[in-house]
Amino acid sequence: MSGSDAGEHEIVLKLSGITKRFGPLTANDAISLSLRRGEIVGLLGENGAGKTTLMNILFGHYVAEEGTIEIEGEPLQPGSPAASIKAGVGMVHQHFALADNLTVLDNIVLGTESLLSLSSDRGRARRRIRELGKTFGLAVDPDATVATLSVGERQRVAILKALYREAKILILDEPTAVLTPQETASLFETLKRFVAKGLSIVFISHKLHEILAVCHRVAVLRGGKLVAERDVAGATRAELAELMVGRAIPQAKAEPQVGGAVALHLHTVSARKASKYLHNVTLELRAGEILGIAGVSGNGQSLLADVVGGVVAPKAGTITLNGFELTEISPRVMVAGGMARIPEDRHAEGLITDMTVTENVISESYRTSRFAKAGLIDWAKARAFAQNIIGDYAVKCPSPEAPVRLLSGGNMQKLILGRVMANGPRVILANQPTRGLDVGAISYVHGQLLAARKRGAAILLISEDLDELLSLADRIAVMHRGRLSPPMLRSNVTIQDLGLMMVGHGFEIESADAA
Amino acid sequence: MRLEPRGKRPLRILIGYPVAALAASVVFCALLVMLSGASPFSVLGLMVKGALGSQFAFLETLTRATPLIFTGLAVAVAFRAKLWNIGAEAQLYAGAVMTVVLGTGLLPLPQPILIPVLMAAAMLGGALVLSVPTFLKTRFGVDEVVTTLLLNFVAVLFVSMLLEGPLKDPMGLGWPQSRKVIPEAQLPKLVEGKRLHFGFVIAIAAALVVWFIERKAALGYEMRAVGHNPKAASFAGIPVSLVLAKTALLSGGLAGLAGMTEVTGLKGNLTLDLSPGFGYTGIVVAMLALLHPMGVIAAAIFVAAIFVGADAMSRTAGVPSYIAHVMVALSLLSMVTAVMLTRYRIRWQSYGRA
Amino acid sequence: MDALEILFTASLWAAAVRIASPLIFATLGELICERAGVLNLGIEGIMTAGAFAGWLTVFLGGDLWLGVAVAALTGAAFGLLHGFLVVPLGLSQHVTGIGITLLATSLSYYAYRLSFPQVTSPPRIEPFQPWPIPLLSDIPVIGEALFRQTPLTYLAFVAVAVVAWLLYRTPAGLAIRTVGENPQAAEAQGIDVIWVRIAAVMFGSALMGIGGSFLTLSAFNSFFFEMINGRGWIAVALVVFGSWRPGKALLGAFLFGAFDAYQLRLQQLAGAYVPYQVFLMLPFILSIFALIVMSRRAAYPRALMIPYRKGER
Repeated sequence: MSGSDAGEHEIVLKLSGITKRFGPLTANDAISLSLRRGEIVGLLGENGAGKTTLMNILFGHYVAEEGTIEIEGEPLQPGSPAASIKAGVGMVHQHFALADNLTVLDNIVLGTESLLSLSSDRGRARRRIRELGKTFGLAVDPDATVATLSVGERQRVAILKALYREAKILILDEPTAVLTPQETASLFETLKRFVAKGLSIVFISHKLHEILAVCHRVAVLRGGKLVAERDVAGATRAELAELMVGRAIPQAKAEPQVGGAVALHLHTVSARKASKYLHNVTLELRAGEILGIAGVSGNGQSLLADVVGGVVAPKAGTITLNGFELTEISPRVMVAGGMARIPEDRHAEGLITDMTVTENVISESYRTSRFAKAGLIDWAKARAFAQNIIGDYAVKCPSPEAPVRLLSGGNMQKLILGRVMANGPRVILANQPTRGLDVGAISYVHGQLLAARKRGAAILLISEDLDELLSLADRIAVMHRGRLSPPMLRSNVTIQDLGLMMVGHGFEIESADAA
Repeated sequence: MRLEPRGKRPLRILIGYPVAALAASVVFCALLVMLSGASPFSVLGLMVKGALGSQFAFLETLTRATPLIFTGLAVAVAFRAKLWNIGAEAQLYAGAVMTVVLGTGLLPLPQPILIPVLMAAAMLGGALVLSVPTFLKTRFGVDEVVTTLLLNFVAVLFVSMLLEGPLKDPMGLGWPQSRKVIPEAQLPKLVEGKRLHFGFVIAIAAALVVWFIERKAALGYEMRAVGHNPKAASFAGIPVSLVLAKTALLSGGLAGLAGMTEVTGLKGNLTLDLSPGFGYTGIVVAMLALLHPMGVIAAAIFVAAIFVGADAMSRTAGVPSYIAHVMVALSLLSMVTAVMLTRYRIRWQSYGRA
Repeated sequence: MDALEILFTASLWAAAVRIASPLIFATLGELICERAGVLNLGIEGIMTAGAFAGWLTVFLGGDLWLGVAVAALTGAAFGLLHGFLVVPLGLSQHVTGIGITLLATSLSYYAYRLSFPQVTSPPRIEPFQPWPIPLLSDIPVIGEALFRQTPLTYLAFVAVAVVAWLLYRTPAGLAIRTVGENPQAAEAQGIDVIWVRIAAVMFGSALMGIGGSFLTLSAFNSFFFEMINGRGWIAVALVVFGSWRPGKALLGAFLFGAFDAYQLRLQQLAGAYVPYQVFLMLPFILSIFALIVMSRRAAYPRALMIPYRKGER
């Protein structure tokens, strides 16, 4: 990216001394940042560095304790998305902020007409959406229901939403987290087109190579502070990585190895849950290996995790755990069979955040003879168990009786790890285990998984982060529309191969009733 | 306006806010009383005297509190598991029906055996009534609020049908009432010549049992987990549907006991006006008690005092006794607001609309 | 006349429409609240308060339409209370709703007893009289059923059209629907979620109040205790049965009215063999069945009953 083209243009956005506190936590500490017209500025930082918070302040979701914002020289009214939108700020949220059960048109048009108006000009809106789609290569059917769209299409709708309201400054929050490598390249082309038309872009990401690929300048946030601003032209990955993290964190990487005996075997398993399904999935997970499952979000990975975890019973096919074919599928059966399950969503599935640490650590084992006698729970033993986990896994919490919601994301994940790994499990199901964690916590989780692998555990690692899979997995398979590809050795596969498979290349063409 | 979680919750807030809430309810009711021309102070005085001012009054209050302890426990147990049992009224009547079917002569057993049998039957009746909406919830996803509510109306009609039919008292001069229960079925009075009966003791015992279950039993843990987060509970292997079924049995059973003790301890038979809304009032009791079993006892006595006091006051001062219902409803709303305020602070922003 | 012949009488269908009318208002009202993401269990109490307030206005000398307006305002007032407690304060929608029902009902009863301490039979007013629509009301059966009703029934039909238009053709309706599906999405488009929800609850509660007043100003001519008799809860069931759509809500209310009218007439036929209570139970049991049938395909507003915290992401 050439920095000089953008350098002569006027400043469209000026953040000065933005400070935001949430109770004792300072999420943004006196951050000042400027953006010029036609410029793409990358906001780089690990999870929890304060990037999204800063942009939420710009968009009006939050109000800063200190600091001012000027857009094209005019002060911006804080705390009002309506004011920010009027000033020309548009935001593509990380989870898109779309109402799934409404149409594309509904989502885009909302808020553009006065609430006191007695009618709505949908014809004109429809035409305008189609025009914008054509101009920027973001075609979507305005009358499609959002729930039926793919993740990439939903992102297009979110972008169109901002363009429809004539955004001059576009904020993109981790836009590539859910895209295939090819879709990411296409997005970058679109962004260049925007910039050519005079838009300015803030690109939030924790992925170094993307920032370097598309941004003119990069601002690095760490622990709520702006630690550096660089022109991308002169910056190196190593320098930015160190600025981002502030210290040398060992990158977890392991030499691929071949697994031993088959610990978990799924044979032609088919399952169905709501609108998601699995078709004829066969996989063999061996002791002492990490089998990675790649795929674009929404292609059945969650359902696969549910089936392996015992939450959803398959409609066809068999599951064999440690040599025994399972006749009953339930979480208890899996846990009793020595499986450790790390769920995708800490808050919704992994922990009961309103209950204490002690209550949470026994959630899978409260009926075993270890903690229960004649239907009564021995709370002293439960507390001791919690203390052990807190100590062994370095979980930072006020006490074992503290409610779990007080813990940070990383500590919650450590608690879950402690709970499921305490008994030396033979099979580990890790579903997006490092999502939303800071670098330190990510490194810790990876370390635990590799240590388990060394002990001979069989690990099924489902992840949307290809980098994670390519550094940890011994073999990798790809999920696409409920089907699982045959696993490939890590050494035989590149990120491009995976990207192509994630959109369906290489999967056999099935008969018409498929998918 | 924004809500911000409080870091510290000093005692003066934890106690002060609920007290302020109840005081606010009293003040509002005082205004209503003034509309009727009476002096709020004299009305309040009459109410306090009528509820607590003499041994007779106090015992009457405890008598009135007995069914409220049962329905309060029933609702508290269910609400903990987020099972919205608004049908305690129907379950209470089911318990009363079972009591009257078995206790009017069908089972000629001695008292120490008959009473527990009737208790069990009443609990079974109440449990069965709540198990239907609970089953519909776990199997079909039907919201139990509406089903339990609608069953209240069905239950009252059903009881009316029974009282005019198979359960009719042949010596009742045509009024729809059931036969009286046999002497062995009657709960002994606790104080000679007064209305307070053994049911009060059973109620206290029930509260202690519920407290024990919640703190020590695996079931108590399961009910809490399911109430907080059914998805995470299910993931961990807790059998959510089974837990809800057990909750329904316990909750419905407690409400059934309310009916049983009213029949065998107080009224002696079953009539249509056995319950002047005990099931609904139980909701207020449970919420005032913050779902805590021991708190239910205190809240039930408090609410009973309001009703008993208002009845006595109304006879003298002429203010409609419905003022008690208003007071109770206001206590509920102000109490849940106060409890929220002990957990969150309200932040007013001076600019924007944050 | 036998059980089958009743089905062909004009009086049955006229009664069906009459019984359906308060339900139409109540169901529409609850539908709007739930579409915005708020469960309003205060409906039974709000209808009671609307019935009383509307009746009292007329008893004190006001015009019938003024009574309707007062009933609507009373409903809106309780709606404001409910909305304030559950939206910005985030209290439990279940508990607050029950509290509002208890409060509205007890206030109505207290006010009634205060105004009429000594009466044994409830005082009466002159209710709405039927307004036959010329020509249309002469059509056999359908004419009497649909076009020989009181003005409040016609208002109910109009209300269905108004609510449908509001929800699907106006920006306000889109805001209401979005706020009930994904409030964060609405916030991201500059919509004030709190105010939209409160406004929706107030408007819905106003309709509930009018529904209550139908009973005292049109169907009957006095106010008595327990007169709402579960119609509010039935309306909540009808909202589910109608998949949160105004047109289907109308259909559901009408089917229910037909069933109730039929059941009343069957009582007279079969009263000797079957206790009348069985017939009275049937509408409630039918509502439960309607819920079971529809719950499989329930397309409920995604954010229903989930509290909204601004800026929480």
